Amino acid sequence: MGKTFAKPEALSDQITHYCPGCTHGVIHRLVAEVIDELDIRGRTVGVAPVGCAVLMYNYFTFDFLESAHGRAPAQATGMKRVRPDLVVFTYQGDGDLASIGMSEIVHAANRGEKITTIFVNNAVYGMTGGQMAPTTMPNQRTTTSPFGRNVDEVGMPIKVSELLASLQTTAYIARQTVILPKHITRAKKAIKKAFQYQIDGRCFSFVEIVSTCPTNWGLTPVEAVKWAEEKMLPYYPLGEIKTPQ
Amino acid sequence: MGKVLMKGNEAIGEAAIRAGCLNYFAYPITPQSEVAEYLSRRLPEVGGVFLQGESEVAVSYMILGAAATGERVFTTSSSPGISLMSEGISYIAGMQIPAVFVNIMRGGPGLGGILPSQADYLQATKGIGHGDCRLLVMAPASVQEAAEMTMRAFPLAEKYLNPVMILGDGLIGQMMEPVEFPDDLKTEPSKKDEWATNGMDTRGSNRRNLIRSLYLDPEVLNQHNLELKAKYDRMQQEEIRYEAYNTDSDYEVLIVSYGTMSRVCRTAVDQLQEQGMAVGMLRPQTVYPFPEEAVGNAAAKKSCLAVASIEMSMGQMLEDVQRSVKGRQPVHWFGKCGGEVPTPEEVIEFVRSLTK
Amino acid sequence: MQSEVMFAGFGGQGILLIAKILAHAAMEDGLEVAWVPSYGPEMRGGTAYCTVVISDRLIGSPIIRNPMHLVAMNRPSLEKFAPMVKPNGVILVNSTLISIDAGRDDVDELRVPVNEIAVRLGNVRSANIVALAAFAARARVVKMDTLRHCVKEEFASKEKLIPLNMAAVDEGEKAAAG
Repeated sequence: MGKTFAKPEALSDQITHYCPGCTHGVIHRLVAEVIDELDIRGRTVGVAPVGCAVLMYNYFTFDFLESAHGRAPAQATGMKRVRPDLVVFTYQGDGDLASIGMSEIVHAANRGEKITTIFVNNAVYGMTGGQMAPTTMPNQRTTTSPFGRNVDEVGMPIKVSELLASLQTTAYIARQTVILPKHITRAKKAIKKAFQYQIDGRCFSFVEIVSTCPTNWGLTPVEAVKWAEEKMLPYYPLGEIKTPQ
Repeated sequence: MGKVLMKGNEAIGEAAIRAGCLNYFAYPITPQSEVAEYLSRRLPEVGGVFLQGESEVAVSYMILGAAATGERVFTTSSSPGISLMSEGISYIAGMQIPAVFVNIMRGGPGLGGILPSQADYLQATKGIGHGDCRLLVMAPASVQEAAEMTMRAFPLAEKYLNPVMILGDGLIGQMMEPVEFPDDLKTEPSKKDEWATNGMDTRGSNRRNLIRSLYLDPEVLNQHNLELKAKYDRMQQEEIRYEAYNTDSDYEVLIVSYGTMSRVCRTAVDQLQEQGMAVGMLRPQTVYPFPEEAVGNAAAKKSCLAVASIEMSMGQMLEDVQRSVKGRQPVHWFGKCGGEVPTPEEVIEFVRSLTK
Repeated sequence: MQSEVMFAGFGGQGILLIAKILAHAAMEDGLEVAWVPSYGPEMRGGTAYCTVVISDRLIGSPIIRNPMHLVAMNRPSLEKFAPMVKPNGVILVNSTLISIDAGRDDVDELRVPVNEIAVRLGNVRSANIVALAAFAARARVVKMDTLRHCVKEEFASKEKLIPLNMAAVDEGEKAAAG
């Protein structure tokens, strides 16, 4: 009898450093499965972010390039422009992509760079220790919004997917989550589509994954899932926001 | 192809193509926008990549990304733009990948002005980015030299797996002079499969490449910095270039000057010679590594009574000259920093004042 | 032997272009040459000036305070730069637009109504070439044959304009002799 469940070839044997209840491990696996299924491991280059996933390259078995905070889309642009045959993706958190790297992601999207971005939105800065992010929910407590995010002072959380979808150039923008098993198939489907669009040279493709951060939210993993369902999903609705015509 | 009359900025763009670099990312800024304008027309003709980025910050990372694939790539900018790129330059140096940056300097600080300046000397030679990183920095004094240095920059960047900078001033960029592109400076990119993230299939290998600058283990980071230092030390051994002018004479004063400023000084040296006063000049062609020994030896000549660092900055190179002279002679500074290039007459007056 | 020529006028009079043609001709004559523009916001419509340094040896300072010669296409340029010209230099004055003289008795002042001549030739835009040719013929900094060749080359992509500009060279040369 053959194996029914195996580790994707694109994933390494290394045990991840992520906290209990963190969704990065699941998302990594989905990316790896997609890369295996599309048989592109030998021509894929990942661009690792700054943030909790900074060491993500330890968990994959193909070429990886580190980035500076927020600049991954610019790096991916440089790579893809000079080597259009490569499959290039960025994997970025909310502080990285929606704050310091907002300019880079908007312009890469607007140029229609043939790259893929996986955007992990857990409403908080993770690696630096739970500070407020542009996607932090109203009244959400963080280490730099100890009384809760005051939207009168710092504005409402940014809906990056909708913002990018408003650009005329963009074509594939989806938001999914992996907080419950029922979501995972849809998330994987979106990631696979995103890579396929890149391989076909069609468009810039972007998948936002609504995620949990139990550690920095100060919740148990189970409570964190509940919090994400109740607070985040109504504000960050799931689905394909834009698909190629 | 014989001599053609070209602006420095255009010659730099053409030189890169002749050197085999067909990838250029940039953001417009005076006084070097002609490079981007030229290449936006020229690169498509040769099947190259031209892209105007959204900011100098982004451009420095487009350069990083392109360089990481092992393809030759370069950008050009001017002072405030280089400040923005310095973040990416530090990463590129830390990651040990080759890339070429051209700074056509304008006055500063802040917006400063748009006229020629050499006020980014310290930034280029000592403080380009955070961390212990250095660039190999070449400073052209003519359009011809700008073209040749650009052509040499690519193999040098690959030799050291380190960014190389061409440090010109606004006049070098804006001036037209006859230029030719020597065929013998055409080079093939060196082996890159050892390190490039160009996809395992490209290399026919099952071993993946990883490019990074993060080393969380202090011992490993220290080792990494020692490796970088060894490269910078090797540059000191192998890459120092300078031109000596009128140093066979029994000069009373030694001028150290580079770039456009050195041309004014050359005229001053000629005129002083006609007036009966011998003055020698050392023109660093690399400002990092700095020709420390050559300047020191030239200053030690018996006839030499004083040394002058003449620059379009407020004594930024003076520190290097003092370091080289090691207290054997008094070292003086003369210069201007507003965009007006000192005249030969002003240089002559200053040099004469040193021997009174 | 080094000579420096300053070209000055309004932006749009083709100052940089004629300076470039002169530089090109000097290069073709086998001389060292540097074309040094003023650049920046003042280039957007205001006064434009540009210096060409021509030498039989390596050019030192390309920044020239006191040029050997001046081609003044408008009055502000003449007022500003005439006092800086070295003795025995040539000052070409566009007398169509400049009613005053250079105010120098130690230079060769050549007054040519270059706009008028260009209008007569059919296009005022060739005034700069008339001025260039008149100046070059008088100052003898480049060979006239070389200059003709370089004017032709400059307009190679706009072939229709070549006859007009060659006529402008002829008229300029004539004016310098007259």
